[in-house]
Amino acid sequence: MKRRLFLKSAMAGSAVATAVGAGLLTPSMAFANSADFKAKSDAAGASAAGAGKGSFKFKAPKIAENGAVVPMTVDASKMDGVTNISFYVVNNGTPLAASFNLSGAQGYVSTRIKMGKTSPVDALVTAGGATTKVSQEVKVTIGGCGG
Amino acid sequence: MAKIKLKPKARKGVIGIKCLIKHPMETGLRKKKGKIVPANYIVHMVVSHNGTKVVDADIGSSISKDPYFKFNVAGAKGDTIELKYKDSKGKTGSATAKSK
Repeated sequence: MKRRLFLKSAMAGSAVATAVGAGLLTPSMAFANSADFKAKSDAAGASAAGAGKGSFKFKAPKIAENGAVVPMTVDASKMDGVTNISFYVVNNGTPLAASFNLSGAQGYVSTRIKMGKTSPVDALVTAGGATTKVSQEVKVTIGGCGG
Repeated sequence: MAKIKLKPKARKGVIGIKCLIKHPMETGLRKKKGKIVPANYIVHMVVSHNGTKVVDADIGSSISKDPYFKFNVAGAKGDTIELKYKDSKGKTGSATAKSK
């Protein structure tokens, strides 16, 4: 009986060890990005979590057939003192798609982004030091990050 | 080579800047015939209006191939718009256009 117990616990222990090993061996997404941008991405994620609902327009398709080209538009030209507009794709390997620091330009940015799979997309607008967001789910039928 | 199309158009005191940069925007995660295609994407872009910086963008690998951007800046016809970018390989590109 004791031997059995020993075997069991040993197996459980090794399972944990493999899990940890696998976690360490997973290729970090940081590889493809500069550390700087990764930090920004993390910061954007953190601010997205705490951001209140914004009063700007965010246009994105509900269903994107091709994930490689998903057009999005943020129109915050009604807001004053917009300093930053970011696009944050929650389920992408690098969630932050782009961050536009505006100084003098109106709060309007339109671009196209890549999406690996269906995900909610957050548009973050920083105006006067406060960050607000508008989120929309975009369904992707074909992923756009290669396979 | 990288080509940039830059089309600023003034209307009612606002210049709509449309730009299209020809760039592969490889993420460095995609594979082609089993080999990873090396990362090559635009990391930084600056748009200036009459010499003053109006947009300073940090761009990630998840922007589409041949990226397209549109910005609005207050200004008038004849103003100079300049765009500069730098990619992850250190290459730079720039374009200048007068607003129509």
